[in-house]
Amino acid sequence: MIGIEHYVVVSSILFVLGVLGIFLNRKNIIVILMAIELILLSVNLNLVAFSAYLNDLTGQVFAMFVLTVAAAEAAIGLAILVTYFRSRGTIAVDDVNRMKG
Amino acid sequence: MNSILIIVFAPLLASIIAGLGGRWMGHTAAKVLTTAALFLACGLSWPIFLSFIAGTGEASVTPVLTWVQSGNMTFDWALRVDTLTAVMLVVITSVSALVHLYSWGYMEEDPDQSRFFAYLSLFTFAMLMLVTADNLVQMFFGWEGVGLASYLLIGFWYKKPSANAAAIKAFVVNRVGDLGFMLGIFGTFLVFQTTSIPEILEMAPAMQGSTITFMGARWDTMTILCLLLFVGAMGKSAQLGLHTWLPDAMEGPTPVSALIHAATMVTAGVFMVCRLSPMFETSPTALAVVTIVGAATCLFAATIGTTQWDIKRVIAYSTCSQLGYMFFAAGVGAYGAAMFHLFTHAFFKALLFLGAGAVIHAMHHEQDMRYYGGLRKRIPITFAAMLIGTLAITGLGIYDLHVGFAGFWSKDAILEVSYAAGGHGTGAFWVGAFAALLTSFYSWRLMFLTFWGKPRWIESEHIQHSVHKTPEEAGADTTGGYHPHESPWTMLVPLGVLSLGALFAGQVFSGSFLDSASFWNGAIAYNEHLMHAMHEVPKWVKYSALVAMLVGLFFAWLAYIRRTDLPRQVAQQLGPIYDFVYNKWYFDELYNLLFVKPAFWLGRVLWKKGDEGTIDRFGPNGVAWVVERGSVLAKSVQSGYLTSYALIMLLGLVAVITWVLF
Repeated sequence: MIGIEHYVVVSSILFVLGVLGIFLNRKNIIVILMAIELILLSVNLNLVAFSAYLNDLTGQVFAMFVLTVAAAEAAIGLAILVTYFRSRGTIAVDDVNRMKG
Repeated sequence: MNSILIIVFAPLLASIIAGLGGRWMGHTAAKVLTTAALFLACGLSWPIFLSFIAGTGEASVTPVLTWVQSGNMTFDWALRVDTLTAVMLVVITSVSALVHLYSWGYMEEDPDQSRFFAYLSLFTFAMLMLVTADNLVQMFFGWEGVGLASYLLIGFWYKKPSANAAAIKAFVVNRVGDLGFMLGIFGTFLVFQTTSIPEILEMAPAMQGSTITFMGARWDTMTILCLLLFVGAMGKSAQLGLHTWLPDAMEGPTPVSALIHAATMVTAGVFMVCRLSPMFETSPTALAVVTIVGAATCLFAATIGTTQWDIKRVIAYSTCSQLGYMFFAAGVGAYGAAMFHLFTHAFFKALLFLGAGAVIHAMHHEQDMRYYGGLRKRIPITFAAMLIGTLAITGLGIYDLHVGFAGFWSKDAILEVSYAAGGHGTGAFWVGAFAALLTSFYSWRLMFLTFWGKPRWIESEHIQHSVHKTPEEAGADTTGGYHPHESPWTMLVPLGVLSLGALFAGQVFSGSFLDSASFWNGAIAYNEHLMHAMHEVPKWVKYSALVAMLVGLFFAWLAYIRRTDLPRQVAQQLGPIYDFVYNKWYFDELYNLLFVKPAFWLGRVLWKKGDEGTIDRFGPNGVAWVVERGSVLAKSVQSGYLTSYALIMLLGLVAVITWVLF
């Protein structure tokens, strides 16, 4: 029987993977965007799992909102990425450090 | 209006106007103003002096301003005129006025003439304040004033590092003497509760035999006071030990050397001892010290004078030596003779210095006598003046005929009186007689090297520079084609007037200075018995100065005209002794080792270890270091990588949540 614990564990693993994907990532910025998606998905999974477990639809409604926001965020993120690539010619994370003090 | 007020304050006023307004009114106006003020002062001084000579002069004190009133310490600005002051007044104003005039020619091409004349007048004012002082504090004011003016004038050509060094040296060495003088003033006030000179002199005999604690030991009060004051006199008058500044002071313009470092300022010490003579009379120990120091300086400076090559330095050591004569005359109790020598010396030494200045002027600023020679026919007026000056300083004169140059009268008097005094005086007599021989030798050596013999001018860099030739190019013509030119009339007139002084000052005034108690009229301690005994000394004593002079002249003639290779041979024969004397008895080296080096070492330690190592390191530099390192650390946090920002945000979030929840 698959219980709530399994959902929580999976979503935690996904969340941690997402977080690590952000700051252990040395490759390119698309990976960061994917990692953010991963975090949002883990949150969604959590919301849906608890919604079913508690018989409360609010969680699923929230999940829909999150998906919408995630889609918009991905669109904006990719758009920024494209313009950035056009102007700088690279999206390697190591090269994106113009904010250095 | 009292004439003494004009005498003292006219130079000050002229100095202020010329000094502050020189740029606005131009050199000529500044020169005319200061020189006119000095001639005015001079013209007013002579009547005062002559009235004392005639016996109609009255000692007076002219109050000017209240200065300090604090408890039982009161002293005012006041101008005291008595015989002693009158003598100094004519010496100072006459020489100063002539030097002002002389500087018209000598400083002709200098771009800072108004500053020069302002300093000269300022010096004259300070010196006049010194000699008219009615209390020790005003005397000290003048004392420091002349020191300041001397510093400014030695360093007048401030772009020359050697002139600056000499100016600082003069100031610092004088400071040592001034410390003694100040302690003397403090001690005097402590003992007598007043700084007024007449009151002190009145009370001094009563204090004889009392004791005072100084530096943890008991001393005879009057001895310690007199010795402290004498240390001040030694500094100002360049006596043995504190003399090192005087030869270096020759870095200043020559008129300054004539006025300050020959005729007036350096005699301030002698003046002070004479002014306080009743006080010195109460301490035989102090008088013995004065005699010994004077005699030692007299001999020591004369030996150095025989070996120097720089014309001004020879005369500087000669000044030092003559000051020694004055001091040992004062030391044996013949203050009149000391003042008489001061008086005559002012004329002939100023004459010699101004003459040397005219020679230097003629020789394109060359000062080394090795590069002179044969100038007798080229600059005959200067030669005549220098000849009179030399005859005066060497003391040519014949006792039985009662004729002689100025120096003969005063130097002879000093030698006779020291012989008559006995005790330390006898030793001083022999030292003085030998120094007279040396005086004659170095003075004639100067004359022979400068005015006789063949011209050696082309060896001089200054002359080479002037005629654009090297010695090789000039060949047999050792003049190098250079034409020495006689000085302008502004320089020759002072030489002429001073020549008159050098010729007649001794003859005319010897009776008043030496034999007349009524002339001094209590201004100095006048030992009638001693001054009488002076005339009773054996004939050979009276002729000793003349013999010494002739022997010195003979040796100088032998060495510098007859057999010109002799000096080099003698120098080689004597070897170390010659080196010792030539290097001025190694006084500068000794002081360097004893005082200058340790002072520099201490300064460096305090600078490097104290200031830079401690205060700066932990103070401003430390704070700056912390800020710098802090900002480097803060900078490294801002890597610019999104990922590290994200991590920090996360950690921060975790920290905040942890904080809120637990």
